[in-house]
Amino acid sequence: MTEPSAALAPAERAVQLLGGDLSEVALRRHLQGLPAVDAVGLEARAAKLGTRSIKTSSKQAALDLIIRMIDLTTLQGADTRGKVRSLVAKALVPDVSDPATPRPAAVCVYGDMVGNAVEALGSAWSAGKDDGINVAAVATAFPAGRASLQVKLQDTRDAVDAGADEIDMVIDRGAFLEGNYGLVFDEIVQTKEACRRADGTYAHLKVILETGELVTYDNVRRASWLSILAGGDFIKTSTGKVQPAATLPVTLLMLQVVRDWERLSGERIGVKPAGGIATAKDAIKYLVTVAETCGEAWLDPHLFRFGASSLLNDVLQQRQKLSTGHYSGPDYVTID
Amino acid sequence: MTTTTKTTTRLDVPKTYKLFIGGAFPRSESGRVTEVRDPKGAFVANVARASRKDARDAVRAARKAQAGWASATAYNRGQVLYRVAEVLEGRKAQFVDELVRTEGLKPARAQEQVEAAIDLWVWHAGWTDKIAQVGGSANPVAGPYFNISVPEPTGVVAVVAPQQQGLLGLTSVVAPALVTGNAVVVVPAASSPLVAISLSEVLATSDLPGGVVNVLTGDPAELAPWLASHADVNALDLTGAGDLDWVELEQAAAETLKRVVRPEPGLAPETPQRILALTETKTVWHTKSRL
Amino acid sequence: MAFLDYAPAPESTSILNLRDEYRLFIGGEWVAGGGTPFASVSPSTERQIATFASADEGDVDAAVRAARTAFEQVWGPMSGRDRGKYLFRIARILQERARELAVAETVDNGKPIRETRDADVPLVAQWFFHCAGWADKLDHVGLGARPRPHGVAAQVIPWNFPLLMLAWKVAPALAAGNTVVLKPAETTPLTAMLFAEVCEQAGLPAGVVNLVTGAGETGAALVRHPGVDKVAFTGSTAVGREIAKAVAGTDKKLTLELGGKGANIVFDDAPLDQAIEGIVDGIFFNQGQVCCAGSRLLVQESVHDEVMDRLKERMATLRVGDPLDKNTDVGAINSSEQLERITRLVAQGAAEGGDVWSPACELPAEGYWFAPTVITGVEASSTVAREEIFGPVLSVLTFRTPDEAIAKANNTPYGLSAGIWSDKGSRVLAVADKLRAGVVWTNTFNKFDPASPFGGYKESGYGREGGVQGMQAYLKAGER
Repeated sequence: MTEPSAALAPAERAVQLLGGDLSEVALRRHLQGLPAVDAVGLEARAAKLGTRSIKTSSKQAALDLIIRMIDLTTLQGADTRGKVRSLVAKALVPDVSDPATPRPAAVCVYGDMVGNAVEALGSAWSAGKDDGINVAAVATAFPAGRASLQVKLQDTRDAVDAGADEIDMVIDRGAFLEGNYGLVFDEIVQTKEACRRADGTYAHLKVILETGELVTYDNVRRASWLSILAGGDFIKTSTGKVQPAATLPVTLLMLQVVRDWERLSGERIGVKPAGGIATAKDAIKYLVTVAETCGEAWLDPHLFRFGASSLLNDVLQQRQKLSTGHYSGPDYVTID
Repeated sequence: MTTTTKTTTRLDVPKTYKLFIGGAFPRSESGRVTEVRDPKGAFVANVARASRKDARDAVRAARKAQAGWASATAYNRGQVLYRVAEVLEGRKAQFVDELVRTEGLKPARAQEQVEAAIDLWVWHAGWTDKIAQVGGSANPVAGPYFNISVPEPTGVVAVVAPQQQGLLGLTSVVAPALVTGNAVVVVPAASSPLVAISLSEVLATSDLPGGVVNVLTGDPAELAPWLASHADVNALDLTGAGDLDWVELEQAAAETLKRVVRPEPGLAPETPQRILALTETKTVWHTKSRL
Repeated sequence: MAFLDYAPAPESTSILNLRDEYRLFIGGEWVAGGGTPFASVSPSTERQIATFASADEGDVDAAVRAARTAFEQVWGPMSGRDRGKYLFRIARILQERARELAVAETVDNGKPIRETRDADVPLVAQWFFHCAGWADKLDHVGLGARPRPHGVAAQVIPWNFPLLMLAWKVAPALAAGNTVVLKPAETTPLTAMLFAEVCEQAGLPAGVVNLVTGAGETGAALVRHPGVDKVAFTGSTAVGREIAKAVAGTDKKLTLELGGKGANIVFDDAPLDQAIEGIVDGIFFNQGQVCCAGSRLLVQESVHDEVMDRLKERMATLRVGDPLDKNTDVGAINSSEQLERITRLVAQGAAEGGDVWSPACELPAEGYWFAPTVITGVEASSTVAREEIFGPVLSVLTFRTPDEAIAKANNTPYGLSAGIWSDKGSRVLAVADKLRAGVVWTNTFNKFDPASPFGGYKESGYGREGGVQGMQAYLKAGER
């Protein structure tokens, strides 16, 4: 290692763990010293967790919990105010046939749609409080993240100013793959700073690793750890624009990281798999994985989310099946 | 030894035939010897007669030497075994003479036996770096695993050598054990102790590490039970034990689940199976993934 | 209700169509035994499943004669291709009846349905499918052209993997052209009886497979029978020793797969989360009633505390209980005798200074149960470090250097299995080289495959099962 010991932007967690003279070298050594991941063993464990059989009352509870954990998402170039209003309407009334249906945790939109989402939510908007639906915005030149830092930070500030409760940022995968961990770290720290509101509170920061581009599990573990050290509140698998997106093994790995972080610091970090989780059956496997890896404490929308669009309707159909005893169909749930 | 020349008769220097243990040539701790006479009844030598304590010492020496021999490269083991053949070739006359004196062979027959033994060493020398490919396997398991099986030496092998054709018989049981890296404690044919000890001298000067082969001249019926029941012996080769109470020996070996090669005809010589009989297949799994 | 209290998810037993009483399967007929019939009970409920005939010496003799006749008249003369086709048929029928067999095995043995469904029964079918393909390729097993079967194989199997051990024995024997007389374990005879039905469905000629149920005397009569050419046994080292003595001096070929005290070695650079899973798989798979279990954990001192913390945390998530529940991880101990043995050895471990720990878990009132247990502070001289417990009990030792790990791992009369956990390839290979064990799993544990030879060094037995080496055990070289 010959690179200069450049001082990084201050980040409380990293300073506490690595010491005050936080340097690129110290960060690199720390990340490279994390325990290795054996891919075969990780995938075997995930597959085994996937064989859990969740029935009857447990399934009922799981389905409601899944809905409460969903970030109902639209992230298209073709998004319009109408599309966002429609998405919000779906979030407000997921199942017209059952008013007791819980609502998702958040709607997730591009930054320029935050104002529209807030407006459409009206009194149902949480506005930072615990009841209600959050507005999450993707930021930092999502999904590629290929823009100047200045643009990324402005992107973030704009969304926060428009009312975003949560920011889903992307890390610079190119920098990460180059081994430029300090740059990735700095960007997260500064994005976190950009999440600060006028009243001194912060929008929640979800850090998207885009695991499909990091490719190896060792990279995912390092990026997860790095994101936490830099101040992320959540670590998130994917943008949904790259395949593979969320997988059970990669989510298991990230859950192991947040479990280890709690073991070390007592602090709980959230995990959000996003992209490709389309069925209740799959989502239940994630809940099992969460509960058996981190414990029941993580079965909470504050600590686990699904980034999804079509998942909600499948869960609703399963819910209808449980209450009526027969299988439902796509015409019996509403599209957004 | 009579001479008709007028010059002074040169007195022979006879050899003391001792045991071969741990690379050294000790007398039996018991102090016992067996008198060897030639077919005409003339005295040849007092050959050391090993005791159970010598057997114990030999097993200890073999155990100590085994890991090192096994961890030598196969190429190296092959060269050592070939070296045995080379040195034997150079001392052919001595072995012919000893066979003539102990087995009562005509020199031509004796020479045939010595040459067959030399060739058998050469044959085995060539196996060291091939047997794992013949006896091992790459295993296509149904999963993301690298999986390979290799034959490894079983460890310390106690051998009762064939009671006929002393040198060839001894070679036919010792060489296959050595190919893969076993260490050997061998009781040679009671009728031909001289070639056994002379072969030991060849082994001692062929870069074979001390203790890899240990030779106990003596009474097989006395020594074999101690070797068969010794807990630190991994395999019992009874090829030459057909005239002993070998069923009891096999039962004694069962006490610690030793691998047993039954008496002749037992395993066909000069086959890979003969070599592989004294190996353990070790199978190693390793996860395999590009991630 | 907490989410982790998963609602019951029982596998239905309605798929079973069991008889009240099972007889011996000899020469293709179901015949009564000369001994007193015995019952098999379900270890998780202590309820009787069915009664089984007990074969006496006369029955064993009849079975061996039936096997001899079939060998000489049908199976021996049959082409390898046709033998193979019968075995392929059996493999397919086993797949078709997989769920039924899994449920039956779980009921009879007490192991979780997750294991019988996902491990035992799929491997059984795979074993027959694998060996089927060998039947017409015997010239290539490495014994030269036209190798010959031994004749009648006497096979005695244990209760820990009843149907899988049957497959390990029967499939290669038949592929090689032998006929068999097999004795299943006294406490787990059920799936062998179902296997007889499979043979009937496959149209396997009478006498090729003969099944004699009974206790130890039946097995002793079988391996001692003079009409037997080959003996294959899986079970305890004590019984294996007796069999080796009984076979001494005969022409019978013998392979033995016996006990073990496998070392599972965790280095400080191990992939930690996977190592924890591997430790769990190594000792709690099948309630630890596995000859190749990783029952001795050797953990590098520098990571001992962290490994133990994580292991205990993980053990607390193991679900112990009804084996038929699809979410059960740890089922019932196979018999009250085995439970007594485990209990006694763990008590001895505690008496010798070991620190015995189990997670809080509620064990059912009926049946035979033992909570997952770890004993720390174990030394190489401790009873629980030397004796095979054959239960869900992990003994933990420490080491400082690779050499010390190897020395401790090898310091046992057994030599069946070992595990290595490290991210450093060169170290893994070097350590694997030095371990005196027939199977070395690196960064994994308790994996089995019909293409992979399995068997032990030293007092863990001799001969291999699986792979080309496994086929060799059922053949002899052709005439030279």
